Amino acid sequence: MEPILECRQLFKDYTSCRALAGVDLTLYRGRIVGLLGPNSSGKTTLIKLAAGLLAPTAGQILVAGHVPGPETKSLVSYLPERTYLPDWMTARQVICFFADFYADFDSAAAFDMLQRLGVRPDAKLKTLSKGTKEKVQLILVMSRRAQLYLLDEPIGGVDPAARDYILSTILTNYSPDATVLISTHLIGDIEKILDQVVFLRGGQVDLCATVDEIRAERGCSVDAFFREVFKC
Amino acid sequence: MNWNLKSDRPIYIQLVEHLQLAIISGLLPPGSRVPPVRELAAEAAVNPNTMQKALQELEQSGLVQTQRTSGRTVTQDAARIAAVKTAFAQGEARAFFEKMRRLGYTPQEVAALAEEAARQAGPDRQQ
Repeated sequence: MEPILECRQLFKDYTSCRALAGVDLTLYRGRIVGLLGPNSSGKTTLIKLAAGLLAPTAGQILVAGHVPGPETKSLVSYLPERTYLPDWMTARQVICFFADFYADFDSAAAFDMLQRLGVRPDAKLKTLSKGTKEKVQLILVMSRRAQLYLLDEPIGGVDPAARDYILSTILTNYSPDATVLISTHLIGDIEKILDQVVFLRGGQVDLCATVDEIRAERGCSVDAFFREVFKC
Repeated sequence: MNWNLKSDRPIYIQLVEHLQLAIISGLLPPGSRVPPVRELAAEAAVNPNTMQKALQELEQSGLVQTQRTSGRTVTQDAARIAAVKTAFAQGEARAFFEKMRRLGYTPQEVAALAEEAARQAGPDRQQ
């Protein structure tokens, strides 16, 4: 089967530093993948390249066989690490906005999730707390019927109970041929829902394995293994 | 079902054990329908592919069968279920003796303790 995301010797340099130093990575459809690594290991840069927000310095990145561009943006649902929604809008307005923008957006699913998470549809975004804003943004991203979800730190500011609901939302909302790539530091919270983890270190792929391979070989959780590998 | 998964062992092995226990304890009776993969995965809060792998393992051990038309059912083979149940009980008993051995008890002493505990637990419920 054609990979949903493919990177070959991918490099990205910023003016004063190298963020990615030759990433080789192939992700297939129907997986939930954790993108893990210490701070400034290149996680966000890799996600931004896949989302088509940055251009590679060298090497190649392909989403469903295409160079990131207009076609891939209709396949990719991207959750940035910061919110970018206009804060004078209400949750209901941003849902309508997304429904206009994306043909694959499921408004009914979005309103249903808002209700489950107890967010009032007519509250202006600027009146919502940080965690609640994050919930709204994740609802928008997961309400699309996309092929590739790129979630950059999706659960950082969210309380543990809502975190469980969000994880189950991810589990029940992605279609069997879609792939979800999640970057996070909250490994313990998400490792049960992951198929596979990718460890980035200094802009390169350090390890790519399934969660159960790590547990079977190391006799510890991915969270514990991460702490060991990246011990300061 | 309360899944209660530990973080230091492969998830799919724990799922296999959990489903096995549900079958040998009668929570999933012989011939009953096994819920769909996605439903079980959501309930256990695990990846559907991991749950799929666990169910395939149970199929290979003969506890679960795939129906041609739809879904999976628990086997009707009572002898098969009884064999797994016996093996499970033996494993638990061995683990208990091993734990007591590490505390310094001889098998005979442990057996005496077990007999006393059995008396306290009252008469056999099946009589």
